[in-house]
Amino acid sequence: MQLTLAKALNEGLRAAMERDPKVVLLGEDIGKLGGVFRVTDGLQKDFGEARVFDTPLAESGIVGTAIGLAMRGYRPVCEIQFDGFVYPAYDQIVSQLAKMHARSKGSVAMPVVIRIPYGGGIGAVEHHSESPEGYFVHTAGLKVVSPSNPADAYFMIQQAIASNDPIVFFEPKRRYWEKADVDTDATPDPLWASRIARAGSDLTLVAYGPMVKTCLDAAAAAEEEGRSIEVVDLRTVSPLDFDTIRESVRRTRRAVVVHEAPRTLGVGSEIAARLSEELYYEMEAPVLRVTGFDIPYPPSRVEEEYLPDLDRVLHAVDRSLAY
Amino acid sequence: MTVLPEASTPLVQLLTPEGERLHHPDYDVDLSDDEYRAFYRDLVLVRRIDAEATALQRQGELGLWAPLAGQEAAQVGSGRALRPQDFAFPTYREHGVAWCKGVDPLTLLGLFRGASNGGWDPQEKRFQLYTIVIGSQTLHATGYAMGILKDGAVGDADGEAVIAYFGDGASSQGDVNEAFVWSAAYHVPIVFFCQNNQWGISTPTSTQSRIPLYKRAEGFGFPGVRVDGNDVLASYAVTRAALDAARTGQGPTLIEAFTYRMGAHTTSDDPTRYRLSSDLEAWKLKDPLERMKSFLFKQQLADATFIESVEADADALAARIRKGCLEMPDPDPLSMFDDVYAEQTVLLEEQREELGTYLAGFVGGGH
Repeated sequence: MQLTLAKALNEGLRAAMERDPKVVLLGEDIGKLGGVFRVTDGLQKDFGEARVFDTPLAESGIVGTAIGLAMRGYRPVCEIQFDGFVYPAYDQIVSQLAKMHARSKGSVAMPVVIRIPYGGGIGAVEHHSESPEGYFVHTAGLKVVSPSNPADAYFMIQQAIASNDPIVFFEPKRRYWEKADVDTDATPDPLWASRIARAGSDLTLVAYGPMVKTCLDAAAAAEEEGRSIEVVDLRTVSPLDFDTIRESVRRTRRAVVVHEAPRTLGVGSEIAARLSEELYYEMEAPVLRVTGFDIPYPPSRVEEEYLPDLDRVLHAVDRSLAY
Repeated sequence: MTVLPEASTPLVQLLTPEGERLHHPDYDVDLSDDEYRAFYRDLVLVRRIDAEATALQRQGELGLWAPLAGQEAAQVGSGRALRPQDFAFPTYREHGVAWCKGVDPLTLLGLFRGASNGGWDPQEKRFQLYTIVIGSQTLHATGYAMGILKDGAVGDADGEAVIAYFGDGASSQGDVNEAFVWSAAYHVPIVFFCQNNQWGISTPTSTQSRIPLYKRAEGFGFPGVRVDGNDVLASYAVTRAALDAARTGQGPTLIEAFTYRMGAHTTSDDPTRYRLSSDLEAWKLKDPLERMKSFLFKQQLADATFIESVEADADALAARIRKGCLEMPDPDPLSMFDDVYAEQTVLLEEQREELGTYLAGFVGGGH
């Protein structure tokens, strides 16, 4: 079945709700409107207002009440309307949601999913194009995942909802409308596994979410120049599936990490640090990073210069191969 | 700064500071002699838990303690109003409510000693872990109450209700105001119990609000009531009525328990820097224990023998707490990696092993 990434999420949410009556969806404008990106389209009509409900416009309230619902035995799926709107909920996520399982010595589970459309490239106004995943990756007690394609979107949202840990689920909003075949009867990969999205032997590109397609395009372009580029789709950003990353870079001996989020202390920093700790003598070049810059997300007329694109990725590939 | 018209604000009171029994048209109690005596016993034991914990902190056995002295009636009154099915969401000072919910005081000490970050099973006790970031728990309580509603567990006398504790300082937090908005919007079975103890560390209530706090409820669309928080009978009656309203589907209530923090904010605080001793002396005349004792004597519900037996119980409890605190083991260092996640990660397993190997490298296996 051909599905857009947004529709695949919608179908995944539907499947999760059909499977478990304790799954409830809450967020701003997710009911009749179906969410500003229509990811929850039709779900309130089919499952009722008790299970799919609009909230007051207060993100801390969305996550804070989701914590209480989880204590009551529900499996809340929160929608934060845009990446830049998650910060009012940051305290509840970091100080409460992330720590509850540990401080209760495991007696209070937090099966809460926080869905966040993230990233730029859609010509949006301020606060609608950010990549805040690093804050959550840095927070113990949370897990962070991001699908890059419709099939992963369909299965990963269901796996995230079934997990007993709190998960921040980053949705690559600029890929919402991209279509692909989704075999809903397939056996999905485990949620905590990265995947080799394209095999290659000269260099490994590591990416997640919206940058996977960018890297796949770059790898295809590089092939025309006779270069064999491998692409690792992280899928899970926290915890990292370092076995997959290590195995790939051990073979290719070169790595470039690509993400939209700012560079300093981004996911690329952690991957580069670990690769240097573990593969110091095996790598041919230092790990390079192609990222957003350490600035506020710029006005959209210049976002193409801020965002990593095919050319910037290829430029980094050239630099790595030149070592 | 303008002085708030506190003196003219109506206050539900069933016991005068002198122990005279009053009657109120909307809130009253009709308790057995044993129940009146049990209230007094609770007040004395809770104060003793507090005194013993404070002493243990002074002797270096606890890192910190948040004393409740002065707030016993508000906590015991509201705590005893809870039915077994009701769920309480406390701050870090609700030692009296914890007592009513059957949480061993020793587990509270574990938190302040640094032996744990929680210590009890919230689901079993129906008493959430202490919440230190002020106001956060009001949203958790609201969400829990939303769940009660979804479960259809409201509507009659057996319905469930939630109580969210917070203070005058927390009333300024966005989360508390969001909890008010949400509870009103969804009409959930919740009681917001604000202990206005007049001080947020050194900040007076007048900095938090220009109007009496209970009046805020009206703007959110549900009733608010101020009760004498040093009157255990009034605190009990008002909370019981609000919980019953919640469990029968009548939505939220805000209770402002007007009381006074007789001690410091915590054992790290020094209230002599910001408030007058005459203020404290005036509140001592409204002491919740003394007024209940006066009531018992006036009504001939207790004699010296009863008072002595309660004191003996308090002594025994204090001794047990002290012994338990001194004997409390430190957690295994490697246990800090446990329960971070419901499903453990490879990453944490690696870090746990790293620390374990490092520690094992010292002579004797320790460090």
